[in-house]
Amino acid sequence: MATTRETESGDVGAELVGALPDADRFQWLLGLVVPAALVVVWHLLVTTGVFAAHQLPQPLRVVETLYGMAATGELWGHIAITLQRVFFGTLLGVSVGVGFGTITGLYGLAHDLLDPLLQSLKNIPSLAWVPLFLLWFGIGEGAKVLLIAVGAFFPVYLNLSTGISNVSEDLIEVAEVYDLGRFESLRRVVFPAAVPSLLVGIRGGVGLAWMFVVAAELIAASQGIGFLLSDGRVLARPDIIVGSILLFAFFGNLSDLAVKEVEKRAVDW
Amino acid sequence: MDEADDPPERTGDSTAPTDGPALAVRGLTKRYGDTVALDEVDLAVDDGEFVAVVGPSGCGKSTLLRVLTGLEERFEGRAAVDGVDVRDGGSDAVGMVFQEPRLLAWADVRENVAVGLPADVDPGDPAARDRVDGLIETVGLDGFAESRPGELSGGMAQRVSLARGLAYEPEVLLLDEPFSALDQLTKYEQQDNLLDVWRERGATVALVTHDVEEAAYLADRVVVLGGQPGTVETVVDVEADRPRERTDEALLTARREITDALGV
Ligand SMILES: Nc1ncnc2c1ncn2[C@@H]1O[C@H](COP(=O)(O)OP(=O)(O)OP(=O)(O)O)[C@@H](O)[C@H]1O
Ligand SMILES: [Mg+2]
Repeated sequence: MATTRETESGDVGAELVGALPDADRFQWLLGLVVPAALVVVWHLLVTTGVFAAHQLPQPLRVVETLYGMAATGELWGHIAITLQRVFFGTLLGVSVGVGFGTITGLYGLAHDLLDPLLQSLKNIPSLAWVPLFLLWFGIGEGAKVLLIAVGAFFPVYLNLSTGISNVSEDLIEVAEVYDLGRFESLRRVVFPAAVPSLLVGIRGGVGLAWMFVVAAELIAASQGIGFLLSDGRVLARPDIIVGSILLFAFFGNLSDLAVKEVEKRAVDW
Repeated sequence: MDEADDPPERTGDSTAPTDGPALAVRGLTKRYGDTVALDEVDLAVDDGEFVAVVGPSGCGKSTLLRVLTGLEERFEGRAAVDGVDVRDGGSDAVGMVFQEPRLLAWADVRENVAVGLPADVDPGDPAARDRVDGLIETVGLDGFAESRPGELSGGMAQRVSLARGLAYEPEVLLLDEPFSALDQLTKYEQQDNLLDVWRERGATVALVTHDVEEAAYLADRVVVLGGQPGTVETVVDVEADRPRERTDEALLTARREITDALGV
């Protein structure tokens, strides 16, 4: 699929820019056109008074605020703690997801016992867990990391479990005919075949981890980007609110790109 | 498999000492739901014999091979390899080249061929690696050892699958239309290569094909399956001496007999 897209965009690029050889290297810039236009519209709407400045700050104001917080060093603490929570939460959630996904994918009995429960747990919204986790684990880091882990767990579990149990029967038969044995057929056939599903799961898991970190930090934190967000509301500072949202957008995208890159390298067949 | 460390000197006593046929099928009936794929099929293949199976599409040729490899658990009648029922592990001595290549998409050609190495051979071992590379060369794919299946043509993928089957060095080798996707020249090369392997190793071979010329050229006997459900229509003995010329008179006779039996 990547190849088709490259060729297509190459054609379009060649037509547009008059056969510039590396025109499609800058293709991604096209994706910035609409956001840039929106920022301009945003700026105009605020300066012409369609939105009051105390509700929506000017774009430049948001940048200034973020820059100011960065200069005093305050911002880095918030970013660092949020990244740390997301990292450990994702790590925990993915690990447990890999464990459960593997077991339920391989063993029908484990699947029949666990899958209905996990399928229904997955539908509980993130915010619903918060009070319970606070009650059980207090307001420390542990509660937040666990909450994020819950979010990261489900996509990994679901994708890996189906990925493993749906490995092509044709290939399983090959392993059987050539007497690979249980361990070798898992190592050489089943697990590699399930890697794409695992990575799809991890991508979903990382996405949910960011949703869950907001839930955790909005309600019970004294630091973190989510805390900034709620602090901005308390202080009636729309620039801080919008700035925090942009930070989430930035880091959310960054982590997604990172997993996508891993995916591209690992699933290159 | 316990005997696999001395493959060339197989004496045929590895599983159960019988002087009976290497492949014994009696009254084999295989149903898929309401479809009867095979109906009361009898077949005996001697140790070291080369048998070809021909028949119209859908007559149960692949099904017959699947039963012999032990991939089908449920069937009526008896199917045994070296006297051991395929349902009791008699199929361990059997290697199979599937009708489809069935390659591991994420693994390169070398790794795919190495899947066929006997279980007691360490694929990382230099000798094993040499053997794999030798097989890759034999099937005419030198230079492609590091390619992935996605980068191969259909015929090339089929040859990888063939090399994988040869790597297994089974006592009984089953091949399901292994040359169907090859051009005439490559096909001839691979047929002769298969004959070499068969002669050197003294293996028992059963090969499914739609190519009457191929069946006559390769096999000692050609089993013609017919109809749906599949039954043994007739068995044609190919009387030509080996090594054979493709133009042998005796092959022409055999070809005529097979074609007649197929009702073409
Ligand atoms: N897994 C299956 N489920 C249901 N029916 C099957 C299955 N496999 C084969 N059959 C049926 O069994 C019959 C024989 O199939 P088989 O694949 O053995 O034919 P074949 O002789 O190998 O044909 P071809 O020359 O086209 O490969 C066909 O009617 C087919 O529909
Ligand atoms: Mg077939």
